[in-house]
Amino acid sequence: MSEDFTPNIVGFLCNWCTYAAADLAGSTKLKIKPSINVIRVMCSSRIDPNLVLSSFLWGADGVLVAGCHPGDCHYEKGNYYTRRRFALMKKVLESLSIDPERLQLAWVSASEGQRYRDVVNTFTDKIQKMGPNPMRKDPAV
Amino acid sequence: MDKLIIDGIEVDPDPSKSILEVARELGIHIPTLCYHPSLPAHGACRICMVETIWKGRSTLHPACTFPAWEGEVRTNSEMVRKARKILLELMLAEAPDAVEIQELAREYGIEKTRFRIKKEREENRCIQCALCTRFCEEVMHIGAIGFKGRGYRRELTTPFDANSEICSSCGACEFICPTNAIQLSKITDRKPEPLLSEYEAGLMKRSVINIPFAQAIPNKPALSPEYCMHFLNDGCGVCQTVCGPQAISFDQKEEFVEEEIGAIVVATGYDLYPILNFNEYGGGKYKNVLDGLQFERLLSASGPTSGKVLRPSDGKEPKRVVFVSCVGSRDPENHFPYCSKICCMYSAKHAMLYKHAVHNGEAIIFYIDIRSDGKGYEEFVTRAQEEEGVKYIRGKVSRIYENPDSGLTVMGADTLTGQQLEVEADLVVLSMAVVPTHGVSDLIRKLKIQTDAHGFLTEAHPKLRPVETLTGGFFLAGTAQAPRDIPDTVAQASGAAAKVIAMFSGSEIHKEPIIAWVDPDLCSGCQICVPLCPYSAREYDESDNIVIVNEGLCEGCGSCIVACPSGAVQQRNLEDNQIMKMVKVVLD
Repeated sequence: MSEDFTPNIVGFLCNWCTYAAADLAGSTKLKIKPSINVIRVMCSSRIDPNLVLSSFLWGADGVLVAGCHPGDCHYEKGNYYTRRRFALMKKVLESLSIDPERLQLAWVSASEGQRYRDVVNTFTDKIQKMGPNPMRKDPAV
Repeated sequence: MDKLIIDGIEVDPDPSKSILEVARELGIHIPTLCYHPSLPAHGACRICMVETIWKGRSTLHPACTFPAWEGEVRTNSEMVRKARKILLELMLAEAPDAVEIQELAREYGIEKTRFRIKKEREENRCIQCALCTRFCEEVMHIGAIGFKGRGYRRELTTPFDANSEICSSCGACEFICPTNAIQLSKITDRKPEPLLSEYEAGLMKRSVINIPFAQAIPNKPALSPEYCMHFLNDGCGVCQTVCGPQAISFDQKEEFVEEEIGAIVVATGYDLYPILNFNEYGGGKYKNVLDGLQFERLLSASGPTSGKVLRPSDGKEPKRVVFVSCVGSRDPENHFPYCSKICCMYSAKHAMLYKHAVHNGEAIIFYIDIRSDGKGYEEFVTRAQEEEGVKYIRGKVSRIYENPDSGLTVMGADTLTGQQLEVEADLVVLSMAVVPTHGVSDLIRKLKIQTDAHGFLTEAHPKLRPVETLTGGFFLAGTAQAPRDIPDTVAQASGAAAKVIAMFSGSEIHKEPIIAWVDPDLCSGCQICVPLCPYSAREYDESDNIVIVNEGLCEGCGSCIVACPSGAVQQRNLEDNQIMKMVKVVLD
């Protein structure tokens, strides 16, 4: 893998916690690696496993799903659904020969701009070590 | 009907009452020792003796046990005074050390008793009126004390003179004894724990039933059931007996009131970081190390010392007071990284007020930086330094320990001269960090509003929406959001109130248009989504065998969309294919 490989990470962020944290990280000028593309959803439980699978099939090097801390969900229990769904999701990825480590679930609350930065940067480093998604479209093809 | 005449005042006789009770209602003083309104009259001490004249016959009776029948009563006649004199002389012989008896005897012109003075014990204060034993048994429902021996050997004690196991150390016996003859420590080795006034920041004791503070609304006493003997063992109830208007009811309980409300302003305030966390400063260990709020009470005219600055250990006026800033604040390694914002200014105020109260006193403030950011604040600090002569030392305090001479030694550094300092002080005031009110985190969690790592509430946007939360209808005010002083709190609270009014003044509520809808052609009526919805916004329509969405209730989380096995549910303005396209754009 090349040194200058920049992972392409799709981030599904919940509107109330992690998206706000990302906003806070931006407005407080924290340095975040430019690897993540954020898609805002109302709740982490809105994220259809289908969306995650499609992302991988279309060449995403990593997918970050992030929402409110357990017990803090804006919609009371949405993140509990997410947690259960993504425990299963990891097994599905395995059966599709996609490294389940490429899917990350994180809880970041609205005031945790620094934690958001840490989550994104650590995840980017991890993906960088793992190399590009084998399913990534080769521009040469 | 014949009348009852007490000292010339005519009243209707009422045999359900005693003469004593009727006389007290009339404002006639009859001395008592063994009488207490919450106990049935016992007539043990006989000092309430009065002369009753019935059908021309004059007799002596104790007023506490004698019913208020018709006839004449004289409470202070020559006959009565003579009888009481003899009684007092007997009591003086029985309890020669009882100051209260000596005073009463002096009122009746007796200096010395003619009888043999009892010398069996070192100190004889007990007149054996049995008020304490009756009170312990009948009012407090305990019965830890009683009399032993007979005749002149009769003595108040615990069973077998042993340490009482059942004594609850309520202290009622000690409190009620008319001659201060009882010491609780001789009855039980259990130490009574004083109940400290929350309002006076623990500098004063308070009773179990009290008006919490002078301007309390409603300005009525409240009872703390966790300490009240009535709630603990169904005893006491003295407050109920002595309350004239019968205002005390033990049946009153907390009740749940359900109200429909349109907005909530969360203004849960702050606490000071407990002083106990600072062992190196002797917090909680040394009596003369106080926090800012305690010193505020010491300075207050309505405080425990009525505005005189007196240190708690010995009640002396402190001649040198050291104030320590940033205790817990601006200390990211050990405590909190943030600035508590109010301490610089209140320390300056405290130092000035102290100098006004103690003219020859010396006030020293240890500070890291003086943060006087507010209108007129810098001028205030300058005034404290230049006009009031408050000494400011830039540096932190490392340790405070007690010394036998002046009280406390403060070890610190002066970072402007680079010297180590040791300052002797009579009193030390610690400016403790401002932290969110203890125990509100459960409430905050129920409200589903966000807090930061320290528990302060998070605003929707630090610059553009500083009084709102991310959840609609919830607003913030004051130190619940961050440490701030009074002007800032008032400004923010006014802003929050204005936001609430603005929300209420509209005829419509605006919601995000992202809500769920069901495609009736695809819905199979399986109802998987119905229990999933946290807002009960889904109903099953039996006639069409589909599930319909209540658009007013739906908050648009989208949990149902993922759960729908047939893909019949979509989120308006954020449909699956829209997100799919976003993903595609991102990955292209």
